Amino acid sequence: MLKKLILGAAAIAVASTVQVTTSYAEDTLYIPSLSYRTGPFAGAGTPIANGFADYFNMLNARDGGIGGAKLVVGECETAYNAQKGVECYEATKGNGALAYNPYSTGITLQLIPKAPVDKIPVLSMGYGLSAAAVGEKFPWTFNYPASYWSQMSSILQYIDSQGGIKGKKIGFIYLDVGYGKEPIPLLDKLAPEMGFEWVGFPVGVKEMQNQSATWLNVRKERPDWMVAWSFGAMTPTAVKEAAKIRFPMDKFIGNWWSGAHADLEPVGEAGKGYKAANFSGVGTDFPALQDVIKHVVDAGNSQAAKDDIGKVNYNRGLFNAVIMAEAIAAAQKATGKVKITGEDMRLGLETFVLDEARLKEIGLEGFTAPIKASCKDHEGAGSIFIQQWDGSDWKRTSDLIAPMTDVVRPLLEEAAEKYVGEQTGWKTQSCG
Amino acid sequence: MELLKQIFIEPFETMYALPDLLLQTLWEGFVSGTLYSLIALGFVLIFKASGVFNFAQGIMVVFAALCLVGIHALGVPAYLALILTLGVMALLAMSVVQFVMKPLVNQPDIILFMSTIGITFILIAGGQIIFGGEPKAMITEELGLPTGSSVLEVSGGIVIFQHIDIAAAIIAAILIAGLALFFNKTKIGRALRAVADDHQAALSVGISLEQIWVVVWFAAGVVALTAGILWAAKSDVSFALQVIALKALPVLVLGGFTSIPGAIIGGLIIGFGEKLFDLYWGVPLLGGGTESWFAFIIALLFLLYRPEGLFGEKLIERI
Repeated sequence: MLKKLILGAAAIAVASTVQVTTSYAEDTLYIPSLSYRTGPFAGAGTPIANGFADYFNMLNARDGGIGGAKLVVGECETAYNAQKGVECYEATKGNGALAYNPYSTGITLQLIPKAPVDKIPVLSMGYGLSAAAVGEKFPWTFNYPASYWSQMSSILQYIDSQGGIKGKKIGFIYLDVGYGKEPIPLLDKLAPEMGFEWVGFPVGVKEMQNQSATWLNVRKERPDWMVAWSFGAMTPTAVKEAAKIRFPMDKFIGNWWSGAHADLEPVGEAGKGYKAANFSGVGTDFPALQDVIKHVVDAGNSQAAKDDIGKVNYNRGLFNAVIMAEAIAAAQKATGKVKITGEDMRLGLETFVLDEARLKEIGLEGFTAPIKASCKDHEGAGSIFIQQWDGSDWKRTSDLIAPMTDVVRPLLEEAAEKYVGEQTGWKTQSCG
Repeated sequence: MELLKQIFIEPFETMYALPDLLLQTLWEGFVSGTLYSLIALGFVLIFKASGVFNFAQGIMVVFAALCLVGIHALGVPAYLALILTLGVMALLAMSVVQFVMKPLVNQPDIILFMSTIGITFILIAGGQIIFGGEPKAMITEELGLPTGSSVLEVSGGIVIFQHIDIAAAIIAAILIAGLALFFNKTKIGRALRAVADDHQAALSVGISLEQIWVVVWFAAGVVALTAGILWAAKSDVSFALQVIALKALPVLVLGGFTSIPGAIIGGLIIGFGEKLFDLYWGVPLLGGGTESWFAFIIALLFLLYRPEGLFGEKLIERI
């Protein structure tokens, strides 16, 4: 009898939990957050998830949400695992999810085919499938502010601006997974056009912290510059190994996943001079960040330590939330509805305006380059800047560098055409 | 013909043309090899004492390093933090024996193996709850470990010796030698071998199974802490470090699961082999990145032709 009672109580408890997690009030908007606070990449996943949630919570506290609708952030732990990411997607999509931000190229690739079926867009902010930038072919996927290919073209332009790239040898060290291999087609294309030679140095996930053989190869090949497409523990190990073989640190550039505080703090002084691409501001000297501190952090509603506010990955998560918030507002305006759907959100992601005036208005002047959202261009041709590690912090050292759109766009279109050609029943859109 | 040249001639030409690079490769192989040996030793100790393949050895490396850094972050001096961490590892050893090993005594090997997977999950979750998932810097200088490097000029080139690598090789060698002596020449060592041969027979002659298990789990904890400090000094303290322990698998297959000298020789073979192969054959023929699988191919060959490893005990069973 007692056993039955306990089982019954447990069943009621589970049922009521399900009820709580699946029904949201009419005046709320549900934003899933596929986070990874555990696993090998938790060092990046934790601050990103914090920045993402804190911005929405700030909008709730300061403005009462967006357009009168409160924002509910539903976090689901993926541990950066594609299978768990899909499980999170399936578990949360029924909650009225507006868009998914997977924070993993592996999860993004899984969700791209699901997005048009469930009518929930995917925003892979600066990562994922580069070809998704072609809006006509990928109506439901976005990668503002710049795809990996655009970013690589900006990095190559930066190298060119530092004494020329022609005749130089570029070493490309990359995590040997889909993410790391993503810019290789662009390197193959641009090497003959820009007159440089490139050599790849793959690093397996199991070898992220065991790179001595890789850097022996670097020493043998003697590249003029090194570019890193690394993540997690791979970055500090690579920078330490570079210092060990006395590779000039100011000729070593990481992408925007290879230049967070968590990456260089364990390296410290040895990493002085190392550079990385970035597209979101560093620090808290922005009114929006101050509002987050005032309304969320100081109110005890943030999971982030106060010292972490303003760091690279925290601000990146926050910037992701900014794009989402702008798209929500645009969707509400376009549809006249407060409680929008995933389909409305897709429209918002194609029509929001984040120009310099709007950045100033929301308290993020100078934080990032303006984004031009459109039906045709789902990456917005965003620019990046280069930051440099001074031994204890990142300092911005370049102006904004626009991507080589004239070269990158035809390649993106070609890749998008190929992807779509391999699918059955794939729906494209016409952008007029 | 070109392929044969790439396999049999060009690597040796490169070695001859760049002797400094060859020496550097051998040094890196030696350093990695000693660290692989150290990690493998943790597995061997527990396997010898209980017949258990300790799946948790990798996370023990991370957990020990996290404890050290976490305790130091509370303002505790580095050496005191080191002693306290050893205390934590001793507590862990006692807990594992009390709550896992004792209740499962005489259970099939697979049950004991599964229990170490359980220990892994507990340590992952516990480590993340207590210390968080963010990577942390190892307190290398605070522990008095050397930084900087020395350079040796060789035929117009240079060989760089990182002082931390020299220290790592020396510390690993001392620890391995010390443990080998302890378990081969002392009374506890003989008791360990008796336990490894037959639990019940060992019990019948008055050997305390529980005491031996606590000793070996603690010794494995000390090995994990040392490996954690030395490896994290090369990168950082993060949960990604636990996969390094996977490298101990081919080392064990090579050296034998029950042999301490086997763990040493196996580690060095894998260390030298993977560095030399990747640089001279892997990159020209396969585009590099061979480190992640080279050791496992060697292990596979051993499993096919000498499954007991170089020094393992040949298993003869009466049918």
